[in-house]
Amino acid sequence: MTKFGHTGTDANHDSAIKQVMGRAEYTDDIPEPIGTLHAYLGCSKVAHGTLKSLDLSAVMAAKGVIGVLTAKDIPGINDVSAVHAGDEPVFPENTVEFYGQPLFAVIAESRDIARRAAELAKIEIDALPHVLGPLEAIAAGYPDVTAPLKLERGDVKAGFERAAHHIAGQMAIGGQDHMYLEGHISFAIPAEDDDVVIYASTQHPTEAQMIVAQVLGVPAHSVVVNVRRMGGGFGGKESQMNLFAAVAAIAAKKWNRPVKIRPDRDQDMSSTGKRHDFVADYEVGFDERGRIEAVEGQWAARCGFAADLSGPVTDRALFHADNAYFYPHVRLTSRPMKTNTVSNTAFRGFGGPQGVIVAERMIEEIAYKLGRDPLDIRKANFYGVGERDVTPYHQTVEDNILERLIGELEETSDYRNRREEIVAHNAKGGIIRRGIALTPVKFGISFTATWYNQAGALLHVYKDGSLMINHGGTEMGQGLNTKVAQVVAEAFGVPLETVKITRTTTEKVPNTSATAASSGSDLNGMAALDACEQIKARLVAYAAEKWGKVCSDVQFVGGRVLCGDKDMSFKEFIAGAYMDRVQLSAAGFYKTPEIHWDRATGKGQPFFYFAYGASCSEVEIDTLTGEYRVLRADVLHDVGRSLNSAIDRGQVEGAFIQGMGWLTTEELWWDDKGQLRTHAPSTYKIPLASDKPREFNVRLAEWSENPKRTIKRSKAVGEPPFMLGISVFEAIGHAVASVADYTECPRLDAPATPERVLMAVERLKR
Amino acid sequence: MTQTRHEIRFLLNGEDVRLPEVGAQDTLLDFLRINRRLTGTKEGCAEGDCGACTVLVGRLAEDGLRYETVNACIRFLASLDGCHVVSIEHLRGADGGLHPVQQAMVDAHGSQCGFCTPGIVMSLYALWMERPEPSETEIETALQGNLCRCTGYEPIFKAARAAAALGDPAADPLALERKDVTKRLEALADGVRVDVSRAGDRAILPGNVADLADVLAVHPDATIIAGATDVGLWVTKMMKPITPAVFIGHLVELRRVVETGATLRIGAGASYSEAEAALGRVYPHLLPYWRRIAGWQVRNMGTVGGNIANGSPIGDTPPVFIALGAKLHLRSASGVRELPLEKYFIDYGKQDLRAGEFVEAVELPLASAGVHHAAYKVTKRRDEDITAVAAGFAVTVRDGVIAEARIAFGGMAATPKRAANAEAALVGKPFAKESFEAAAMAVAEDFAPLSDWRASAEYRSLVAANLFRRFWAEQGAGEVAKLEGV
Repeated sequence: MTKFGHTGTDANHDSAIKQVMGRAEYTDDIPEPIGTLHAYLGCSKVAHGTLKSLDLSAVMAAKGVIGVLTAKDIPGINDVSAVHAGDEPVFPENTVEFYGQPLFAVIAESRDIARRAAELAKIEIDALPHVLGPLEAIAAGYPDVTAPLKLERGDVKAGFERAAHHIAGQMAIGGQDHMYLEGHISFAIPAEDDDVVIYASTQHPTEAQMIVAQVLGVPAHSVVVNVRRMGGGFGGKESQMNLFAAVAAIAAKKWNRPVKIRPDRDQDMSSTGKRHDFVADYEVGFDERGRIEAVEGQWAARCGFAADLSGPVTDRALFHADNAYFYPHVRLTSRPMKTNTVSNTAFRGFGGPQGVIVAERMIEEIAYKLGRDPLDIRKANFYGVGERDVTPYHQTVEDNILERLIGELEETSDYRNRREEIVAHNAKGGIIRRGIALTPVKFGISFTATWYNQAGALLHVYKDGSLMINHGGTEMGQGLNTKVAQVVAEAFGVPLETVKITRTTTEKVPNTSATAASSGSDLNGMAALDACEQIKARLVAYAAEKWGKVCSDVQFVGGRVLCGDKDMSFKEFIAGAYMDRVQLSAAGFYKTPEIHWDRATGKGQPFFYFAYGASCSEVEIDTLTGEYRVLRADVLHDVGRSLNSAIDRGQVEGAFIQGMGWLTTEELWWDDKGQLRTHAPSTYKIPLASDKPREFNVRLAEWSENPKRTIKRSKAVGEPPFMLGISVFEAIGHAVASVADYTECPRLDAPATPERVLMAVERLKR
Repeated sequence: MTQTRHEIRFLLNGEDVRLPEVGAQDTLLDFLRINRRLTGTKEGCAEGDCGACTVLVGRLAEDGLRYETVNACIRFLASLDGCHVVSIEHLRGADGGLHPVQQAMVDAHGSQCGFCTPGIVMSLYALWMERPEPSETEIETALQGNLCRCTGYEPIFKAARAAAALGDPAADPLALERKDVTKRLEALADGVRVDVSRAGDRAILPGNVADLADVLAVHPDATIIAGATDVGLWVTKMMKPITPAVFIGHLVELRRVVETGATLRIGAGASYSEAEAALGRVYPHLLPYWRRIAGWQVRNMGTVGGNIANGSPIGDTPPVFIALGAKLHLRSASGVRELPLEKYFIDYGKQDLRAGEFVEAVELPLASAGVHHAAYKVTKRRDEDITAVAAGFAVTVRDGVIAEARIAFGGMAATPKRAANAEAALVGKPFAKESFEAAAMAVAEDFAPLSDWRASAEYRSLVAANLFRRFWAEQGAGEVAKLEGV
């Protein structure tokens, strides 16, 4: 059935051909109606202060400028907070809270005019002291930007008392900019009554719709939000589009003309949120064999000036502070700190990676302390099967495949032999040192905001036998539309090209969740399948009614419909069903079963299942400059029964490199004034082709099948492989440790830029 | 110069374009996307770093029609006079279907979000035309100027390897139309001065080098633009006016790279790519360094002369050229002046360049025996990254003794600068580890570098010292001191 492109086949991304031809349409490519205006933001050049005056007369006077928008021009509520915290104004009225905060918008005949005019504002701000980092914020008595979380299980005090060894340490973990190739953009077209139609680059059309309705002071039914595709999202368009959608919509209604807003790359990076930076303090107690007895840790995060998604992000850091390891006694706390920086937001992994990397640091600490191979310490601490299987949030791990997965990768990567060779190479004492590490990942799947775990789909079967499926998920490159179309094509036994997926729009499926938390195909695939089953049930009933009981077993296969002695094309069958007045449209729905979570007690079953993976990386470092190169990486990743292994492999490879970038060359650097100085690809360095491991062996665990009833027993794939990049970081650590004969844990902070690597080498040499 | 033309003329895909109204700061990207609605070319960064706007530009070089990848975001429209612009929309296979490179990208699942894809396809297209069966390193080099945030590049490598089997570059439409395009471009090359403007924003393209001197005599404050890889950002990022702008990229005389017997003379208008082959012949140690300057698109646009003329303390050519004893040729309407390259850099933002003068060429002595050469570029990311520390070493050894040392650094001071103390610590000393250890200590006296987002002062100082250790390890001790493939 390969040619039908059903699930389990490697159908191409539905836009592949358009993309290579430059014909895939992104928001900025949509033809602009006559009269389209362009908006641009004017931003603060002070990190914290009181807004004394905002003189926009020169802006207004510039040729081609139509007008400006400030806090006073917002007809509804001046807040774009994703969690309705009331702390994220479109434009502030009094207090400026970060360098780069939007203060006003210019509306002009062209984007170039608007952008230049925005520079003409005379802004007076009385500066106040500012803080940039989480520890600084704690020291200055800044508040938590949202409520902290505590997870606790067992008797931590007794655990530490029993432990033969204790290690305490601190690790700084940098943030990350999404650096989606397509920056933020919103395009609003006014319509009659209170209506406005928006085209935006967003992972969360429903939220953009709700926020626009809120700032305009109109019901949600007046606002339509559309997105055909994004040029990358990675979490950066889960809530950060709100402000742009709001500004475009307000301006479009005010001047009754279409308004487009697209920040330049500098503004996109300076004025929209990014991954949270953390400083984690950890203490681990363990026995002679390296088995962990107790863990206590605090994760303090730079959250920026507003709550945004920092609550669930810092929660997820704690949910993943165990990674793959059983902590008999554990207490974990988060400190989501307010800082005078742009509000941090969702980014692939959503806090999870910052939990996982600290777990891995603790393992490394134990290994160096005991003089053991870190892989042995990892294995000694893996969750058990039927024992030692309860997480710090009291969920039992029921689908553990760590032993098989890691065992297989250990063998296929030839980890042990290579490690020996590397140690022997390093023993020669040259300038170039090598390192290797094999690290696991276990990642919980489901939104921890339980109500988000629902999805809808709308399926039409047209009377010519072609199908159109619409669902609440958005396409940002991850191949969601392709997977969902595969599910639908398979349900009706028709070729994939029979099924069309159109843009995501709030008009077709309401109240959708963000396409986030890796949940896209889990939720929307099931909702689409539900719609298919509804229509199929009607068709089966129709066939039985028309042709009698022999036709109760209707099969949709090979583009044909078979029942009893009937064998006709799907097209023919559908045409008949239409003539006989069968309803050929259905709205599907799905909600994830079994999950529940009580944040107050820190107990529950927040995750439906876990996805697993492991990677083994080998690097070489230059001990004179700290530069490095990844020589080889082997990956074995669990996607359950893959819906499309080409797409899944693409997610795994891409996530590995993005995770590696987070931990190596991607450095966010603020100056003393609070200005982010790495705000474009010239200064912020994401991996290039030449940073890819020279040898990159990526495999999916083909034997894996999700024990939970997910769509075709597949598993989510968006985020979990991001943490595979951690093996690169630990391999760099291994190479660094060689300069002190592996007697000391190198305690690298992230990202391990060449500078940090060299400084760690120097520290260990002394 | 008596004749002046008031219109920019070029070929866009298959079409003749004539534009009477062009401002100096109008970019090719905006022209394609806004004026022509050729929206396949994307804006990702508007600073020449992401490659989403990659297009091919064909121009008549002295050896014939030459197609190169460029970043449309920082390529000024006026500079395209007499060129053939090829955007993603023009690609097609010999049979009119997908181009082999496009098909290879589809087959390899090489696109996810797809926003970088047209630019990647254009870079792979240029690679395929030049090297249909590329090595891994050649693929890496071709993609230095293209960021992809989704795929991790693995499938793009697969596509680059697979394209050759899907089509022959000799059968490519651009190859088949070569004669015709050459003829059409020759017809456009009238050799006259071009003077155009839009809303007071003026662009002048002198008819030849003598005319350039005349133009500058009248407009001594004009912005001289060769490759626009720096000036482009003044416009797209800083929104600085550049009018009147004098474009020189079309002046083939300025692009000549000539070996004269005693020297290698690189015309100021020669791009990094144009200078690469000759430079590699004369100074093979510079090749790997050269290929780490920016990305391929920027090396196709940016010029050696521009890199020197703008006086940046972190330009990549000055440190290595100063070490080699380069001389600068400066020209104006009143004549030609020569000076050692290191004398050109006076202070931050201040160069020895008089009103009406322009950099005409840089001249390097040919390599002589007994000199040990090295060039180092230390960056946060290996490729397409602005230098944290760069160094050029030229150490002459006679009878085991260091007779002369010319060692220059970039990124360590307000200008590219020789390490006088370190050089002094070496000269007259034996070519031995101890001497370089002493120089590593002495270089601390030469520089007080700054801390910024690229590197801290502490790191820069340590690296500068360590580069002396590396030099000895490689050139004296014969140790392996380089990362694989670097």
